[in-house]
Amino acid sequence: MQALRYARATSIDEAMRMLQEGGETARVLAGGTDVIVQARERRRVIGLFVDIKHIPEVMALEYDPQRGLRIGSAVPLYRVYGDANVQRVYPALRAAAHVIGGKAIQGRASLGGNLSNASPAADSIPTMMASEAVAEIAGPNGRRDVRVNEFCTGPGRNVLQPGEFVVTLRFPQPAPHTGQAWERFIPRNEMDIAVVNAACALTLSGDTVTAARIAIGAVAPTAIMVPAAAEALVGRRLTDDTIAAAGAAAKDAAIPIEDMRGTVRQRKHLADVLVQRVVRAAAEKARGN
Amino acid sequence: MVATPQKPAYKVIGTRPVRPDGVDKVTGRAAYGADVVLEGMLFGSVLRSPHAHARIKRIDTSKALALPGVKAIITNADFPAQESGTLDLGEGSANPKWLVDNVLAGDKVLYHGHAVAAVAAVDWHTAEEALGLIDVEYELLPFVINVREAMLDAAPILHHDLRTNVRARNVDTPKDRETNVAMHMRVEKGDLAAGFAEADIVIEREFTTSQFHQGYIEPQNGTAHWNHDGQITVWTSTQGAFSVRDQVATLLNQPVARIKVVPMEIGGGFGGKIPVYLEPVAALLSKKTGHPLKMWMSREAVFQATGPTSATWNRVKIGAKRDGTLVAADVSLCFAAGAYPGSAVGAGVLCALAPYAIPNQRIDGFDVVTNTPKTAAYRAPGAPAAEYAVEATVDEIARALDMDPLDLRLKNAPEEGDTNSSGAPWPRIGAKAVITAIKESAHYNSEIQGDNVGRGIALGFWFNGGMESSSSVAVNPDGSVSLILGSTDIGGTRASLAMQLAEALGVPYEAIKPQVVDTDSIGYTAVTGGSRTTFAGGWVAYDLGQEIRKRLTERAARIWGVDISTVTYHDDAMITGTDKDGKEQRFTFEEICRRLPSTGGHIAVSAMSRRNTAGPAYAGHIADVKVDRETGKVTVLRYTAVQDVGTAIHPSYVEGQIQGGAAQGIGMALQEEYWYDDQGHLRNGSFLDYRMPVANDLQPIEVILVEVPNPGHPFGVRGVGEVPIVPPQAAIRNALRDAIGVNFYHTPVTPTRILDELLPRA
Repeated sequence: MQALRYARATSIDEAMRMLQEGGETARVLAGGTDVIVQARERRRVIGLFVDIKHIPEVMALEYDPQRGLRIGSAVPLYRVYGDANVQRVYPALRAAAHVIGGKAIQGRASLGGNLSNASPAADSIPTMMASEAVAEIAGPNGRRDVRVNEFCTGPGRNVLQPGEFVVTLRFPQPAPHTGQAWERFIPRNEMDIAVVNAACALTLSGDTVTAARIAIGAVAPTAIMVPAAAEALVGRRLTDDTIAAAGAAAKDAAIPIEDMRGTVRQRKHLADVLVQRVVRAAAEKARGN
Repeated sequence: MVATPQKPAYKVIGTRPVRPDGVDKVTGRAAYGADVVLEGMLFGSVLRSPHAHARIKRIDTSKALALPGVKAIITNADFPAQESGTLDLGEGSANPKWLVDNVLAGDKVLYHGHAVAAVAAVDWHTAEEALGLIDVEYELLPFVINVREAMLDAAPILHHDLRTNVRARNVDTPKDRETNVAMHMRVEKGDLAAGFAEADIVIEREFTTSQFHQGYIEPQNGTAHWNHDGQITVWTSTQGAFSVRDQVATLLNQPVARIKVVPMEIGGGFGGKIPVYLEPVAALLSKKTGHPLKMWMSREAVFQATGPTSATWNRVKIGAKRDGTLVAADVSLCFAAGAYPGSAVGAGVLCALAPYAIPNQRIDGFDVVTNTPKTAAYRAPGAPAAEYAVEATVDEIARALDMDPLDLRLKNAPEEGDTNSSGAPWPRIGAKAVITAIKESAHYNSEIQGDNVGRGIALGFWFNGGMESSSSVAVNPDGSVSLILGSTDIGGTRASLAMQLAEALGVPYEAIKPQVVDTDSIGYTAVTGGSRTTFAGGWVAYDLGQEIRKRLTERAARIWGVDISTVTYHDDAMITGTDKDGKEQRFTFEEICRRLPSTGGHIAVSAMSRRNTAGPAYAGHIADVKVDRETGKVTVLRYTAVQDVGTAIHPSYVEGQIQGGAAQGIGMALQEEYWYDDQGHLRNGSFLDYRMPVANDLQPIEVILVEVPNPGHPFGVRGVGEVPIVPPQAAIRNALRDAIGVNFYHTPVTPTRILDELLPRA
């Protein structure tokens, strides 16, 4: 690791001032599970870490049945998946947060970090996209909102402008009779990066799907929404055929690369399989809600 | 547990005492290689090749040397010139010329990650920073990763002076032209053509295996101090302190008297911690700077540049009669040695058909250089790939003949007096006992249920080694016994050797205080490897025990004023006799030890042993698997490892060795492999992407110990550590055949490869 400076911010304004002074090589430090590794392995030149963990807002987790869920961008994952409201209302988010890294990582890593790192295979991003999460961003020109499904622009790239960082992630309260599900495929049983992951939020009226949001990861430069998969379901009764159509739409939408984690053929196939699985699982939960 | 009736009623052997190194390890106090801290210590780091194959045209270190805090930089040119020759490493050997070029590249880099230059600096980060300032000009050369492609006439040549060493008669392998084939050996017996003519069925198959890494948790490390008087001290985690001493002495052209190697606690080796990488570099940087210097590898460097096993390409042709008798076998093994010759293909050749008594056979082995890291020993080196190919083919024969795969194996299993592949008779071996134990096991007799579920079995064989061991023993006045060992303790040798000394003396295990010492403090001891240490070290412990019994008997006789022949040392360490007045006398072990200082002094003895009576090891594994046809994911539902262990000295350690070997073998079978991109770059040099199984990937591995004592050892010891890695690849592969009806011909059988078979062709 190169010698670098560390600064601790206690307010959003102070953090922005520090980032501005640090210039191009300043980075926000939350749990550090990505950026410290990048600095140590010299994959990124970092001159200044601005630690945001001492800013109350980015460490807050609040739930209100009217307004939904707010998770500070640096809240460690163990607090996310350990929260009773998250477990009850946002089970897919709980499932994804629970398997990122191992226990030690989950004590530090955050949703804001997982999102800002913008890995195509990030486990939390598809479920945030399916849940209509919004990132609240602070920056030199004030606050702005960006939908999570519009946040990532490529592998390791996102919409953040110099001096900006994610403060909070907002999740709307799901409509009645909505279920959410998330799954990934890894060759191991834990401590692995997704070959493909998928998330679904689905609302039922009786047996008919009234709304659906489906996202898949590790099959494109960013995690992607699959509107065609949702269209295959909405307004229809859930049957093996409609579910298969949703899977086929995901397979068509997937444009993966081949690397050491999987082949194109395997990933397209798994996009199909996992989307079918999350649709079934989400429908199961929707019936119970 | 199946015990043979010959086993005596031991007092200590077969119990499960607490390990002597346990407290330090669970409290974190145990000092591993990277824990060494010395006054004035510098830190070293290594620049590695970004290319798979390139000529080094120029190395400019001036900018790096100008960085504040940088003390020295060395390259291959700083080492004394080496002639080609043979340096014995204990488990395998090395050519000093190749060894030094692997430590720091000579005129060419031969693999991605090959060490090019080393920096000494005041701290680790400065050393790392300096690496980026070293300017190396490379001329890129065509490279070859795959063993089969490396054997082609048109393949890029790694070493222009390499010629094939042909150790086979009547073959047309050329000996006089540029090649990547370093060696061709052949072992044969009987009449192959006649054997196949006798066969009712002949099955011929071809197999490949990926490159696997030992995956030890502790990265390679080395600390050295080249003192101003010319004395060199090296601290390192190694399987063999004397092997490190000899390698460092050769590479630095120094007499061994100048070099002391201090072995630290070792965090895994599995064969990979025998060759030196950093130790001679640290020594040379210490010489150049006048300071002690410490180095360690990143995990990426460990994957890129230390001991993976060979990727292999193997062919097996076996002929059988309708009744299941195997009559002929023709085997060809091609092993990628990595950048320099010296794969384990020779051991593969000798092990391939060892589970069977086949009268007519021929086994060819080819050692082939490739642009991949120089391979090192890995747990039964050579055997897993060779025996996997045979065990898979035998399984197909059993299916073709509609025979139970276990009955077929039992029918053809060798026993004492049968000859092995090189024609030598087998001593007492446990092959049939292992197969019988499988047949009687609860697992094999259980039903398997459900769709896409299957069961497979496979056998494994490994020779086990003997080699040299030394120990010293000092008897203390309080009845305790210090046991000084030259063997570094990877898998419990302090406990197992202390137990054998305790058994030999008739004292409790707790009376023995084992300790591993440096190379100046004990006689020559070969590496902890080859499943030899409990065997050979046990022989030394036994010999030392006999000598101490004799000395204590002499002392009692002297105290009682009688002839030694009238005094008896009993197996419970009680010494009895009649004194010169005719009165019956007795000493407990503690009583006579207390008298030692005042009756002629303490007792201390040393001994070495080199015996070639190591007992071969047989194993058989049963695997139940379930396949998710949608994702290709395999779940191991149940796994049992059966093994002839001779005598289990400390059964918990023995079971641990077997479970560890099986776990590594299952990783090879299903998940692990080196992944190179089209530039010859290793892309998965991390534990994240080199997918070793994690704890919850495996069910508890059941172990059945079969004890067929080795007649060549006083306590019947056979090595146990290596053979359990041999059967898993074939056991799992055969189980997959049973589960989904597909025969796989490559390991690992990853979900990707399973889907390739199950999905409809595009």
